[in-house]
Amino acid sequence: MSNKQQPSGAGAPILRTKGLTKRFGGLVAVGDVSLDLYVGEVHVVIGPNGAGKSTLTNLLSGDLPPTSGEVRFEGRDIAGCSSDHISRLGIGRSYQKTNIFLPFTVFENCRLAAQSRAPNALRMFHRAAGYAGINRQAEEAMAAAGLTPRAERIAATLSHGEQRQLEIAMCLATQPRVLLLDEPLAGMGPNESQRMVELIKGLTTDHAIMLIEHDMDAVFALAHRLTVMVNGEVLESGTPEAVRSSPAVQLAYLGGEELLHD
Amino acid sequence: MDFAFFLIQLLNGLQYGLLLFLVASGLTLIFGIMGIVNLAHGSFYMVGAYLAWSLSSLTGSLTAAILLAVPLTVMLGMGLERLLFRHLYRRDHLYQVLLTYGLILVFEELRSVLWGDDTHGVAVPALLSYSIPLTDNLSYPVYRLAISGVCLLLAAALYFLIQKTRLGMMIRAGASNRDMVQSLGIDIKLIYTLVFALGIALAAFAGMINAPLSSVFPNMGSQVLIICFVVVVIGGIGSVKGAMVASLMIGLADTFGQVLVPEVAGMIVYVLMAVVLVWRPEGLFGRG
Amino acid sequence: MNTLPFLVAGLLALFPLVESTFYLQLLTKVLIMAIFAMSLDLLVGYTGLVSFGHAAYFGLAGYAIALMAPQYETVSLWWSLPAAMGVCAVFAFVIGTLVLRTRGIYFIMVTLAFSQMLFFIFHDTKIGGGSDGIYIYAKPSMNLGDVQLLNLEKLENFYWLVLVLTVAVYLLLHRVLGSTFGRALLGIKVNEHRMRALGFPVFRYQLASFTFSGALAGMAGYLAAAQYGFVNPEILSWHQSGAVLMMVILGGMGTLYGSVIGAFAFVLLQEVLSNQAWFGIAAKHWQLAMGIFIMLVALYLPQGLAGLLQRFGRKPVVEVADE
Repeated sequence: MSNKQQPSGAGAPILRTKGLTKRFGGLVAVGDVSLDLYVGEVHVVIGPNGAGKSTLTNLLSGDLPPTSGEVRFEGRDIAGCSSDHISRLGIGRSYQKTNIFLPFTVFENCRLAAQSRAPNALRMFHRAAGYAGINRQAEEAMAAAGLTPRAERIAATLSHGEQRQLEIAMCLATQPRVLLLDEPLAGMGPNESQRMVELIKGLTTDHAIMLIEHDMDAVFALAHRLTVMVNGEVLESGTPEAVRSSPAVQLAYLGGEELLHD
Repeated sequence: MDFAFFLIQLLNGLQYGLLLFLVASGLTLIFGIMGIVNLAHGSFYMVGAYLAWSLSSLTGSLTAAILLAVPLTVMLGMGLERLLFRHLYRRDHLYQVLLTYGLILVFEELRSVLWGDDTHGVAVPALLSYSIPLTDNLSYPVYRLAISGVCLLLAAALYFLIQKTRLGMMIRAGASNRDMVQSLGIDIKLIYTLVFALGIALAAFAGMINAPLSSVFPNMGSQVLIICFVVVVIGGIGSVKGAMVASLMIGLADTFGQVLVPEVAGMIVYVLMAVVLVWRPEGLFGRG
Repeated sequence: MNTLPFLVAGLLALFPLVESTFYLQLLTKVLIMAIFAMSLDLLVGYTGLVSFGHAAYFGLAGYAIALMAPQYETVSLWWSLPAAMGVCAVFAFVIGTLVLRTRGIYFIMVTLAFSQMLFFIFHDTKIGGGSDGIYIYAKPSMNLGDVQLLNLEKLENFYWLVLVLTVAVYLLLHRVLGSTFGRALLGIKVNEHRMRALGFPVFRYQLASFTFSGALAGMAGYLAAAQYGFVNPEILSWHQSGAVLMMVILGGMGTLYGSVIGAFAFVLLQEVLSNQAWFGIAAKHWQLAMGIFIMLVALYLPQGLAGLLQRFGRKPVVEVADE
């Protein structure tokens, strides 16, 4: 791990990438991306469609192996580890396209997520319903995401916004320290969006969060750091104010006005 | 092993492999393009062989039998696609497996009703019924060479069809993006019918030309089917090139296995498959 | 869990009082196939793995008892049944590490191919008497010290043993499926990718399920070989794999009781269709009717008989609900 201390109140980054690159054949989906995540901060990644944001998430979560570069979690290089391994280390993710267990109840979804951390999960003869610790963890995650009243509903019957909340709740039930949130507001109405922003804000204190988002209101409400990606590469990275005033960003991506007057 | 003997085994292995290719390429095309797993594919090989036997005893000529039987099997393929397989495109593989398994039972029983349960020999056409002497006591039958030649021609035609023609382009596009093809106004249903009939006809044709060598017997279809599964798994599903490479590998491995280590010959192809699964689970030419 | 299974088991236990020969043997066969089908349902219905080579484990255990039993003498059930199941578990574990590297259609083809490999091993070599197979001259013994607990040569005793084991397997699987392990399997069936993202080592769960399922199929195969008194390669042919898959679907996959119903329906149908007294010459070609029946089930009854029951407002098709 690098000895250079980051200028941040949060100390050393919990997750940092260096020169992270993913090629599909000749196409560079993610090129030479270096970024840091700190506990207590939301690091927002923005960029136009096809900028490589989701690919970046997939590289961090282990859904895809990087072509080159490193991903360090608490100093350990985890690049190329399997997604289940990375998840068990404490990096949780949500998906852009809702990815839940549709035929199960909300509680069952969360319990399954919590169960992944149980030490004896491969035991065949203990009733799942009998594990108090797992149940409590699942209930806490449901409560944190505001889904407790929906606990017994079948996930497939939830509204779109509630499914997105469940997505987060499942992520929380695995008790991660890093949260990778891929467009959690996608397709949400204004009220639902507002609730989700509050939810994410509340999670900031004890998590390091990487957030991919298009909704600029949410971006600036949440971001401690902002990274702009274009064509797979980092165009600009820094505090929201610095990025907002970067001429390169305004020219290349933000189209100026809407952001400046926002 | 002297050279002439080695040469004979080599030719036999290639011939067997090329024949497998005819059956396996249809299987892999139908899967790759239509997303259908067809357990009954081997049954069409059997149907081809039995048609060759019954029609050649009727007409007295294998050539005439093949000329009659090929259109019959094409029609059979088109009919079945319309009647049955069309209902399976969007269904889970589980039900495709079950339905085509039922179809195997139907084919086997119909075969038993129509043609009986005996083994029959089929005569090699007189024109090809001689051998090329290699040494004093070893010779090679011309008919086997002819089979290899025909298979190679068909493989080349298939390659040309898929890579160079408009139909082939549509086939390839249909494999990768069904909705796109449909939105271009191309009749995907017709393409599916044609591809299915083509695959069936290839399998049946393989059964016909191999009938003089293997003779004609019950369950010949399942034997060839399972070897073709091994071929498709090794080559990679949907890859015609993979089917060719894997067919030749299996053909040679099996033939030389029978000669060199006859006790365990039956296992060699499966060991080969296990090795490929460990090394490249998606097959040699599979889309990883 | 409700009391219905126990009621059914209780009624079945009384059957030998009514009938003591042909139908008792037939019912024994049904129950053995029910164990076999439940073992496959664990894979197909609860783990999402469609194995078309399940007869491999069934047949392997049959050969195991045949080879373990001294000729013309009995072999003790106490060690030979666990040993046969153990052999199956080990084989399933090894095959599982290979086939579980594949998914979907590959998995179907590869499981079929490996079971066919086993078929050829027993067919082409002399290990198990080649294509003729081997006889098992005596039923296994159940002794405690020198005392005979149960004489399995008697049809009703063998039947009761099979019935007890069927109930035991049902209860065992019910328990396993309600465990954290079982929940994880269902999660894998529904959304394997998400399970992995949640941190589950999916491969290990699948391999455990595959191995367990192989061992249970072995129990069924052991009992089948003991019942018939001989094994030949047909016991692990792919038609056996197709038949058991059919039982699972016919009954309704993802419901243990469905597998039992499926085994009943399938074996009885087989018996009826091949009944020469009823169908005369057509009975010889009963496979034709069976083939058409299978195709109709695949097209029109994808949720099986259990699905039909559910349509009339009965149990849920997948028993995932909290107890």
